[in-house]
Amino acid sequence: MVDVLAEATTSTSAPVAAAPRRGPGLTPYLFLAPYALLFLTFTLAPAAYGLWISLHDWDYLLPGKPFVGLDNYKALFSSTSPVFDFFWQSMQATGVFTVFSVPLLVAVPLGIALILNRSFKGRTVFRAVYFAPYVLGVAVIGVLWRFLLDPNLGAVNALLGAIGLPDSTAWTTGLPWAWVSLVGVTVWWTLGFNAVIYIAGLQDIPRELYDAAKVDGAGRWAEFRHVTLPGLRPVLLFVVINTILASSNMFGQAYLITQGAPGVETRTAIMYIAEEGLRSYRMGSAAAMSYLLTLALLLISMVTFRLFRTKD
Amino acid sequence: MKPHLSRRGLLGLGVGAGGAVLLGACGDDGPNPVVGGGQNAQPAATNYTGPNVALTFWNGFTGGDGPVMKALVDRFNSENPNIKVTMNVYEWADYYQKVPAAVSTGNGPDLGIMHVEQVATNAARGVVLPLDDVAASLQLKEDDFSPPVWRAGVYNNKRYAIPLDVHPLGMFYNKSVLEKAGLDPDNPPKTKDDYMKALDALKSKGVQGHWATPFPFTGTMQFESLTWQFGGQLFDEQASKPLFAEAPGVQALTWLTDLVKNGYSPKNVAQDADLIALQNGKAAFNWNGIWTINTLKGVKGLTWGVSALPTIGSQPAAWAGSHNFVQFKQRTPDANKLQAGKVFINFISKNSIEWAKGGQVPARKEIREGAEFKGLTEQAAIGSQIDNLHFPPSVPGIPDAMATIDTAINEAILLRKEPGKALADAAAKASQILEQNRKKYGG
Repeated sequence: MVDVLAEATTSTSAPVAAAPRRGPGLTPYLFLAPYALLFLTFTLAPAAYGLWISLHDWDYLLPGKPFVGLDNYKALFSSTSPVFDFFWQSMQATGVFTVFSVPLLVAVPLGIALILNRSFKGRTVFRAVYFAPYVLGVAVIGVLWRFLLDPNLGAVNALLGAIGLPDSTAWTTGLPWAWVSLVGVTVWWTLGFNAVIYIAGLQDIPRELYDAAKVDGAGRWAEFRHVTLPGLRPVLLFVVINTILASSNMFGQAYLITQGAPGVETRTAIMYIAEEGLRSYRMGSAAAMSYLLTLALLLISMVTFRLFRTKD
Repeated sequence: MKPHLSRRGLLGLGVGAGGAVLLGACGDDGPNPVVGGGQNAQPAATNYTGPNVALTFWNGFTGGDGPVMKALVDRFNSENPNIKVTMNVYEWADYYQKVPAAVSTGNGPDLGIMHVEQVATNAARGVVLPLDDVAASLQLKEDDFSPPVWRAGVYNNKRYAIPLDVHPLGMFYNKSVLEKAGLDPDNPPKTKDDYMKALDALKSKGVQGHWATPFPFTGTMQFESLTWQFGGQLFDEQASKPLFAEAPGVQALTWLTDLVKNGYSPKNVAQDADLIALQNGKAAFNWNGIWTINTLKGVKGLTWGVSALPTIGSQPAAWAGSHNFVQFKQRTPDANKLQAGKVFINFISKNSIEWAKGGQVPARKEIREGAEFKGLTEQAAIGSQIDNLHFPPSVPGIPDAMATIDTAINEAILLRKEPGKALADAAAKASQILEQNRKKYGG
């Protein structure tokens, strides 16, 4: 890339070396090129191809991939189709998880970031402690918590029993406990990431604003509302959108900890799409589901952007 | 060892599985459909004298069985200097997604292992080759194997798989727990009455004897075993409709669910908790796969035994899986490689007593009935069920329909739905899936 760049600068600037800057020219596009190439090859082209697949009865190994038009989409809205119940059940599961995990993943890390942003002894250690679980892969945390949360043999129920609380909660096999577990584990696992972003954001807020607020007689709460929150707005938008998208893509935790149980109540959309496409080889149907999920996420993201904008 | 792809099934796909659509992008139109006997129409020779060839052999033996197979492969390589077999191991779930994709791009392995219920699907999708010639030239016939195992590898009147082993369910029991409840640790229950008496005796000592698990491992396998015991079937022979929601299936699931309702099993048993409970002395019995032998051998201080499943219904029956050899379709068929592959299949099959030591029941009768296998006490105890084993019909896409059973078992054993209702709901779903499959595979 360095070579390309060097060449680019010489080829655009050398002949007109005497002239002052003459507009952006090719340079920005060259900077963009590597990314754009990857984006086109691995995101845009497959996405377009996926749209094409979703219009077919598609099994990549069968010679016939009949064109079915919008049938795969229609099936998702027809209550008599084999996919209808399962798909919407899985969308609901994704929705439930997102609704409960996002507020926690936005608020709790913010609180932690506020505390960790103050100066006290051992601050770095705490920062590391909160970030540490994020480093673990989903397989590790999944297996770990599946054992800890086992309703009959797990450490969590044993500890609760030891202090006189109910000791037979169905953490992984009953409702609403399965959701409590999945949300709880996810918050524990990922809050460090959002906290780090918040800390970076907090450090960008000019100290003078806090000084000015103090001069104006603002208390802690007023300081937070009128200085910290507005200062964090871009960071907050990033965290909210990112967390919504991440939560909507939840898959590994439910797959490993609850296996979608009880019944298929905790089988998320991604989990079902993967089963339909990769296990049952109905790629067309799975692609149609992916597009519906994508559409839903686009809408939610747009609404979120809107909400943040109207506050201005 | 994975019968359906349910457990940990899609894990290997990772978090980016939303890219289901992307997978379609990696091949062209796939290999040609299987027509006629094709390149395997002639009987194959039983030895290989051609130029040196290298074969790739993929399988999912990630557990204690991996090293056993590797040792067999090494022995084959040293005895056949003109053939070099290289073995690659993947998680089964990965394997079943990787292999078709690899075959479609022309990068597939030469040889592999498949579970019996996967064979028809992969045959219909043109991933594996017919192996009638191997059976013919090696003079393998039904008599050399057990009929259900041997027949399970046939799809559309052509053989696609040579069985290596069967891995049935057996009844594992904790001897010290039985003793504590005043039961004979060397004479585990064989009938329904004995079993219920044992569970009562255990219950009176505060032990929940049989943990009923709502998960496919091994709840679904227990349900399937019991359905056959009560004289039922999961599907009709052509898999035109599900039969698991009929009376025998309901009886089977009711019996399992009643274990929970009557306090013989705790509620809300989680994945693998039933086996852990057996090891911890919290349960007395666990109906689990033959692979559990090696797990339990590794537990220090545990005194345990294993026998055939007790007959709860009207006849003995047990769930079993089976590992089968397959040859994969190549872009450009290489007659030398195909023949060398067949020599390899025959070699491993003939030496499957070594394989049995890894915790399996050899599919070959002569080996199963030999003195050496009888010396493997645990394997032999489970292997005694060989004629009472059942396999799903050889119909493409059958694993998709079977997945609906997993959900019904889960709902019923977690006491969220009555057994009859759970099974009926699943059967309605399964009929739709079967119909979808018929349309897709032209059944």
